[in-house]
Amino acid sequence: MSTDSAIMLRRNFKHTVRNPVAVFNAVLLPIVIMLMFVGEIGGAFNVGIKYVDYATPGMIVLTICYGLSATALAVNSDMAKGIINRFKVMDISRSAVLTAQVAATMLRTMIAVAAIIGVAFALGFRPHASFAGWLGAIGLILAVSFATSWITIALGLAAKTPESAGMTVVPLILLPFLSSAIVPAGKMGPGIRQFAEYQPFTPVIETLRALLTGTSPGTNAITAVAWLAGIALVGYVWSLSTFSKRA
Amino acid sequence: MSTSAIAATGLRKAYKDKVVLDGIDLDVAAGTVFSLLGPNGAGKTTTVNVLTTLIKADGGTARVAGHDVATQTKAVRAAIGVTGQFAAVDELLTGQENLRLMADLKRLGSAETGRVVTDLLERFDLTGSAGQLASAYSGGMRRKLDLAMTLVGRPEIIFLDEPTTGLDPRSRRTMWDIIRQLVAGGVTIFLTTQYLEEADRLADRVAVLDQGRLVAQGTPAELKRQVPGAHVRLEFASDLDLGAALSLLPGSSRDEEDGLAVRVPSDGTAKSVRDMLNELDAHAVGVEEFSVQTPDLDDVFLALTGHSSTKENAR
Repeated sequence: MSTDSAIMLRRNFKHTVRNPVAVFNAVLLPIVIMLMFVGEIGGAFNVGIKYVDYATPGMIVLTICYGLSATALAVNSDMAKGIINRFKVMDISRSAVLTAQVAATMLRTMIAVAAIIGVAFALGFRPHASFAGWLGAIGLILAVSFATSWITIALGLAAKTPESAGMTVVPLILLPFLSSAIVPAGKMGPGIRQFAEYQPFTPVIETLRALLTGTSPGTNAITAVAWLAGIALVGYVWSLSTFSKRA
Repeated sequence: MSTSAIAATGLRKAYKDKVVLDGIDLDVAAGTVFSLLGPNGAGKTTTVNVLTTLIKADGGTARVAGHDVATQTKAVRAAIGVTGQFAAVDELLTGQENLRLMADLKRLGSAETGRVVTDLLERFDLTGSAGQLASAYSGGMRRKLDLAMTLVGRPEIIFLDEPTTGLDPRSRRTMWDIIRQLVAGGVTIFLTTQYLEEADRLADRVAVLDQGRLVAQGTPAELKRQVPGAHVRLEFASDLDLGAALSLLPGSSRDEEDGLAVRVPSDGTAKSVRDMLNELDAHAVGVEEFSVQTPDLDDVFLALTGHSSTKENAR
């Protein structure tokens, strides 16, 4: 990582520490959703395995996505306040500002993910993952966070106002609900089932669930990685081009 | 390096079919203050954005500190400092941290960073609030912090885009003092403003920008002399004196708003005013009240373009 990125990362860390409400939000709401689904409704679903074991991978992905609105807002307000222009007319690396945002988002996300896994254990989550399975799961969680962070930064940069920046990530927050996060796609009605089967979060969640329950993810793993690589690439290219264009 | 700090020829920029810059030629000598004067929407910020490498011009060339803004962006960026129209400070950092961030990005080293940050805080009278978040600063303090951040690393050319717009008169005067100190230190300043008074007080040369074109250039004094809006206003006690004054003073006319006042075109210099008053005295015409009215931006605009600057705002 270049020194410019390191300096920028320090700036974003300070922002995170000084904005505890954002961290609190990112941690709290997914936990509430988890308690709702696992504690209240979960018993009604027949998913073949213990519901908390089924739901936790989806909740992890939901947690990652939920924290993104703060990133979109942060990127957009940087743009609106002119500080980005200050950085741009300085002789510093073009991507440093954005790389630092990604790193800060991932850090905040990992705190939230650790919290949701903690709550899952408290609710009786008992994964059967091997050591390699855990490594794979952690790698996948980081990859999801990385890819969604880049696409969120692109969306935040492209949005005209902070309000619309907040709105642009709503689809990302809703997508996990329309995947196999809460119930298997096969149990859904027609239309929504096809959507759930072919959207990116279903293979991601299926892979994560397989890794944590100690089964083989099969082709889901390849589909998931391909989706994430694509999303990250589009987000990265789109971010950098918007960043250089907007003055 | 040549003696030109900034030299531009034929700069053009259009957004879709809206022409923003329509062939701008500029030459700013090193160590001077150059002011680009114009109403909102004239193209001031676009000019600054092109000269500071933020956007690329569609046509024309510009050299800043001897480097081409289109092809040698790195060298240009290393030589300039920019304070934009909206204070570009990080609100979630303290004043001190904002300055440190700049020093780090300029790789000043820890000893030098400490010294520079302390110096700038003191110079801008921000030492007392150095530990507060910038979000708690007043508008004037934010502008000061913004300018202080621009000065980290001692840029040789500083761009100030409407540095006093929205400031109260007191903060505006503080900002002017700071700009004067900078000039005394040898830097070149490119200042945009909507206020003729500001250009008048600070600039060595002024260029008037209207709808993407430069309509006049010169020293502030030269510019004001071209403007018929400059006049002396005389009030009289009686119609008799008023009538005498109208026949004595060439070009004089009745003030439409006040029955006993006369407007006399004047360049406002002490000599011309003295001659005029002597003339009235010699004919025993008593003047009750006397004032010199200097032109404002609107007068300059009306004279140079045939339309007022405020109408331009409304469009």
